[in-house]
Amino acid sequence: MALELGTQEEALLAGQSGEGVAMAMRLVCESARLLNAPSLVKVASAHIDGALYHGDSGTLFAERLQELGAKVSIRSTLNVGALDLTGCSTNRLPPHERDMAKRLMKAYMTIGCEPSWTCSPYQAGHRPALGSDVAWGESNAVVFCNSVLGARTNRYGDYLDIACAITGFAPKTGLHLPENRLATFVFDVSGLPFAEFAEESFWPILGSLYGKRAGTSIGVVKGVPRHPGEDALKAFGAASASTGGVGLFHIAGVTPEAPDVETILGGKAPLEVMQISAADFADQKRRMATVQGVTSIDAVAIGSPHLSLEECRRLDLMIGGRSLVTPFYACTGRHVLKDLESSGLRKSLEAAGVTVVIDTCVVVTPIMKELSGGVLMTNSGKFAQYAPGNTGYGVVFGSMAECVESAVSGRPVHA
Amino acid sequence: MLESHGMLHIDESKAAGDTVRLQGGGKPEGVELEVLIPGPAASAKPLVLTAPISFWGGVDPKTSVIADVRHPQHGIPIAGTILTLPGTIGSSSASAVLLELIHRNIAPAAIILHEPDAILLLGVLVAREMGWKAPAAFRLDRRNFTGLC
Repeated sequence: MALELGTQEEALLAGQSGEGVAMAMRLVCESARLLNAPSLVKVASAHIDGALYHGDSGTLFAERLQELGAKVSIRSTLNVGALDLTGCSTNRLPPHERDMAKRLMKAYMTIGCEPSWTCSPYQAGHRPALGSDVAWGESNAVVFCNSVLGARTNRYGDYLDIACAITGFAPKTGLHLPENRLATFVFDVSGLPFAEFAEESFWPILGSLYGKRAGTSIGVVKGVPRHPGEDALKAFGAASASTGGVGLFHIAGVTPEAPDVETILGGKAPLEVMQISAADFADQKRRMATVQGVTSIDAVAIGSPHLSLEECRRLDLMIGGRSLVTPFYACTGRHVLKDLESSGLRKSLEAAGVTVVIDTCVVVTPIMKELSGGVLMTNSGKFAQYAPGNTGYGVVFGSMAECVESAVSGRPVHA
Repeated sequence: MLESHGMLHIDESKAAGDTVRLQGGGKPEGVELEVLIPGPAASAKPLVLTAPISFWGGVDPKTSVIADVRHPQHGIPIAGTILTLPGTIGSSSASAVLLELIHRNIAPAAIILHEPDAILLLGVLVAREMGWKAPAAFRLDRRNFTGLC
C-alpha cells in the first residue's frame, strides 16, 4: 500500500525543518510502510523509552539527532534512564557504560524531552485527553495511556517514539483507529471472592493471568465490583503487559471506553468467554514466584511501575518506625521526590533502611548487590517477571505489607 | 532440531517490495522472499528459530547469543546467520538490541520474518540512517518455512 502524505508531512520529509527532522520523518514513514498504514496521524504528546542505555549504539543515534538540530515538536516525557541523576541511589555500572548512559540521557534532554525519568508519567501530570492520538513507549505506560486514560497509542518501540515526538506524526494504524479498540473476548472474574478485589496484591496477580490469556488480543474484564483505584489499575496493566503483549484492556464499568461489556464488544458476540475460577487465581498466585520453600530473602524491591506518593505514604505507615534488616528498594520518580522531601517521608524511609531509587529502577540497572542464587521479594508483577532474567535473583511474591514484614524479619512472611 | 542443509544464498536487494530468491537448503528451486528492507547479498548458514523470541532479555547484545533459558535455541549465537523468526514477543526495546548487534558487527547476515515486525526492524532502519552495515530483511510466508531446514 502506498503511503499518502499531506503537504506538511512532505515538507518535513524534504528537509524544510532541517536534516534531523527529515531523518525522523524517514523513520516514521518507513515504519508506516512496514505496518501497512495508509497515512500518518498527528499526535499530541509522546512518552519516550529510548533513553535507557542498552549499548553505545543508542547513544550515538541520540547524539546524531542532536547534532542535526532535531527538537521535539510536542510534549515529550522521558521514561527511566540507567542512572539515578538525583544521587538518591548508586549503581555498579562500569565507567564506560556510566559515561555513555549519561550522554544518552543528556542528548534526549537537549532534543527537548522533559527530564521526568519515570515509568509512571501518567501520575506525574502527563495525562493525554480521552480519544486523543499520542505516541507513547514503554509497555506499562502504553497500556495505562490506552486503557485508563482512553488516549490512543500503539506500542511505540525504541527510536520510533522519539521520531514521532520530533515530527509530531505517527503511522495511522492499529490502536489509533477506533474500530481496532473493541474487545474480542470476555475475561469474567465474577466468580472470584468479593473480598479479594480490595487486596492490593490481587491486581498484579490478576494482571499477570490476564496477560497470559490475552496475548496480544483486546479483552474486557467483567465482574469487577467497583473502581479499584489508579494504583491498582497501574499494577494490573504493568503485569499484563509483561506476561503478554497487552497494549489495551477494558474493565466494564471502570475504564472509560467500556461503560458495559456489550458496548465495548461493539455489539458483536465475543470470540471467547474465559471464566476465571478461584483455582485459576490461586494457581497464578503460586506462579508469581520462581523459587519455592525459601527461608530467607536477600532484598525487597517495590515500585514497578514507579510508586505514587500515596504508595510511599502507605509504605512508611506499614514500616511504622521499625528497622528493616533486609536491603529494601523503593523505586519512584522525581515528581514524588519533592513531596517525599518536604513531608519528611524520605528521611523517615531512609532511617528505617529503605533505599529510595529515583529516575531508574533495580531491574534496568545494577543497583542491587550481585548475588548468585539471591532471593528478591516484590509486590510487583512486572518485577516478578523481569527480575530473574535481568538481575539473576529468584523471586518470591507478596503484598506491600508482606514485603515490609519480611524485610523486618529477614525471612519471607506471608499473611 | 536445527538440521542444516549447509549454506543459503540471497542476492543483494535494491528496493522494498521487490522479490529475491533464496537459494540452497532443502528446496532445489529456492524460495521467493519479499524484500521488507533492502540490503547486501548474504551467503550464510540458516538459523531457524522454532519459538518466538523477545530480543530484549532474550538475546545478549554483547555476544548475539540467545540468552533466554526457556527458548529452544538457547545458547546459540545469531551473528552471521540467515535468521528466520516465527515472531517476536515482549519488550519494545527489541530494536535497541538489534541496533546494538549491528553496531558491534555481530548481527545476522539477513533476517527473514513471517510478518513485518516494525518494532524489531526499526533497529535496521536506524542502522541504515547511521550509515552502518545493516542486514536486509525479508518476509516469507509461514508455509514456506518448513522447506528451509
